[in-house]
Amino acid sequence: MIAVPRPDLSLALPDKAAPLRCPTGVASLDAALGGGLAAGRIHEIHAAEPDDGASAAGFAALLAAGVLGRGKPLVWLRERGAVRASGIVQAEGLLELCGTLPRDCLFVLADDTPALLRAGHDALRCADLGAVLLEARGPMPRLDLTASRRLLLAAERTGVTLLLLRIGAQPVPSAADTRWSVSAAPSRALAANAPGAPTFDLALLRQRAGPSGLSWRLEWNRDQRIFQDAARERFSTNPGHRDGADLGPARGERREPCYRIVTDDQRCDGPKSARRAAVA
Amino acid sequence: MIRIGRKALYLALWFPFLPTDRLRAEPSSPSQTPPDAPLVLHARQGGALRLVALDAAAAQLGLAGGMTLADARARHPDLAVQEHDPAADALWLEQLGQDCIRFTPHVTLLPPDGIGLDITGTAHLFGDEAALAELVEDHCAALGLTVRSACAGTLAAARALARHAPLPITDEAAAIRALPVSALGLDAEATRACLRAGLKTVGDLAARPAASIAARFGMAAVTALHRLSGEEQAPSVPLAVETPLHFTRRFAEPVAHQDSIAAALAELLDRAVAALRERGHGGRAFRLELHRSDGAVHALDVAAAAPTRDPARIQRLFAERIGALADPLDPGFGYDSITLAIPAAQRLDAAQAAFADAGAGDPASALAELVEQLSTRLGPGRIRRLAAQDSHIPEQAQAALPALTHPAAPLRLSAPAPGEPPLRPLLLFDPPQPVEVIAEVPDGPPLRFRWQRKLLEVRRYEGPERIAAEWWRRRGGEAPGGGGLTRDYYRVEDQRGRRFWIFRHGLYAERADPRWFLHGLFA
Repeated sequence: MIAVPRPDLSLALPDKAAPLRCPTGVASLDAALGGGLAAGRIHEIHAAEPDDGASAAGFAALLAAGVLGRGKPLVWLRERGAVRASGIVQAEGLLELCGTLPRDCLFVLADDTPALLRAGHDALRCADLGAVLLEARGPMPRLDLTASRRLLLAAERTGVTLLLLRIGAQPVPSAADTRWSVSAAPSRALAANAPGAPTFDLALLRQRAGPSGLSWRLEWNRDQRIFQDAARERFSTNPGHRDGADLGPARGERREPCYRIVTDDQRCDGPKSARRAAVA
Repeated sequence: MIRIGRKALYLALWFPFLPTDRLRAEPSSPSQTPPDAPLVLHARQGGALRLVALDAAAAQLGLAGGMTLADARARHPDLAVQEHDPAADALWLEQLGQDCIRFTPHVTLLPPDGIGLDITGTAHLFGDEAALAELVEDHCAALGLTVRSACAGTLAAARALARHAPLPITDEAAAIRALPVSALGLDAEATRACLRAGLKTVGDLAARPAASIAARFGMAAVTALHRLSGEEQAPSVPLAVETPLHFTRRFAEPVAHQDSIAAALAELLDRAVAALRERGHGGRAFRLELHRSDGAVHALDVAAAAPTRDPARIQRLFAERIGALADPLDPGFGYDSITLAIPAAQRLDAAQAAFADAGAGDPASALAELVEQLSTRLGPGRIRRLAAQDSHIPEQAQAALPALTHPAAPLRLSAPAPGEPPLRPLLLFDPPQPVEVIAEVPDGPPLRFRWQRKLLEVRRYEGPERIAAEWWRRRGGEAPGGGGLTRDYYRVEDQRGRRFWIFRHGLYAERADPRWFLHGLFA
């Protein structure tokens, strides 16, 4: 009897064992994730409440542009009906949030859910992208386990990460690597009780092959382009920041309004100079 | 005035400052040429840098071609100086000529700085020849060109009149007779000989017998005179009009089977690609027309994000387009013929083929393919790129442009200052959403506000950042109160940490009861 050599099937299958990990900058978070957010996978980001949609969108944009993308093009897919409810994405706001813009930003408006999912599938097949951000507003029953598995296959093949932004939806079984719940958190106040850097309350609801049920309060450090643990940063002594996070507004400290007519080149100067004056 | 009984009519255009006008019109080097400084162009002739072209301002300063650059700089230190690029000028002249095909199909280039239009039989379409000349001059002036034009019965006469005659011309024959002999374009020696013989104008020379002119100044002088008067036609090479490509496949019997149509399309694509390659072009738009035997025509249009000659890519786009049709193509009793047209094409140089084992293709082309694939399926307006606009009204500061027609360009936005929080929201509502606000003092910051039927407490705020209305864009905006309402923007954070951008529309001085709006959401 002749021994027939068995074909080595492991070579034919994509290497699922070791996806590329993108560190977020927070040690405890990276440790829980096993080194960082996995590239070429699906990450579901749920807004804790529909009101937290902007925070969840901001967190997803930070992951896409700051953590995963590293300057590569970003594709942001939305349903046309979601624009009225969520607002229009601003390039200047994205730059002010992330500190840097991806090389190219494409915004896709789909008519309905099947078109949105198909466009997401097509975008994931383009290997040059940094990340694909798919914004799904409402329950969206067609985005089920089958649909997300299909998306995962495309993502694994090219190594492009899919960030699934879910607003106003209950978690359902899906092929996602991680599932997060994001809500807004009070920021560390700047001088004169001004709102500070973006801060998020983050809960890791589920992780494939890893611990879950953990939560963090993260603050985005735009200058270093990393996340920081806001709970730890709170008590650090930073001369530029005033520690008054959870206190209510201190009425006596409100400064006089500083008026100025904004011209093109001084556009961002108004509040800044006022804050500087208040510090002095 | 419509001339009757004339055989031919030519309009000659002369651009006396073509090289400098081109540099000013092209936005490639705006930083190097200040708009008001006199501009000269130099080239190396022999061992010295000499002026070869100047603009009107430099000519008025007394500078002239042939002067060394060092002399010119010594006389006028504030000159803007650039290098002369004759090849770019020639290319631009050819583009101008192609542009003039809108006025007549017969356009001749008169290098280095002129264009001749054969307007025989086309002048009446624009009124008369004077109206046409005015239209052409307006068109050139809109491009930033200085132009002189003249009409005459021969191209040589029109060219000479445009360059040498005082305008406007009332009597063509008298104007030609009054031209200086230098307008004949003879060599320097023959021109000098004419002047030395006391023959200062063309009329003086034409009054002599041709045989004696030929004997003294050469046969070229006679030929030039004959060309001016129309006794002899100068050879001219008109610009070729590039017709859009168009390929048809007719069938002996009506064809309804999908595979046969696909095969015919593949054959048409092969022909189209060969023709495009011959022209050095790539198609930007393709149109497939399916002519049904009962006379109905189905037209399918696809557009490519970058010029392409790849048949597989074009075929994929058509497949995508057919897939996106609301009701599928009905061949009925079959198609008689199919036509492939390429209405828009652009220059595409041959690229070196990648090595077989180089792996993935060009990343930019992969993204362009994604853009055209999605644009074909969802519509070109659904895939957008953001572009900064020249406005500081927040909702007008950016435009979302179709990505298919607008290639990726870096946004000209200033990088945020370090140590600052985001000052502009990630998401903006357009139109802004009205909110009810309770403020401590009338023109103070909001204390609490009601948005979407929820009451939100303001815990932190910053502002106001005042953004004035763009009064200069409004009719009557310079009058007091006519410029529109000023907005006072506040960045606020509520008790749960959500950050909003809200504004009061109008100062109390402008309006008795200003309203409040929520304009954007921060992350």
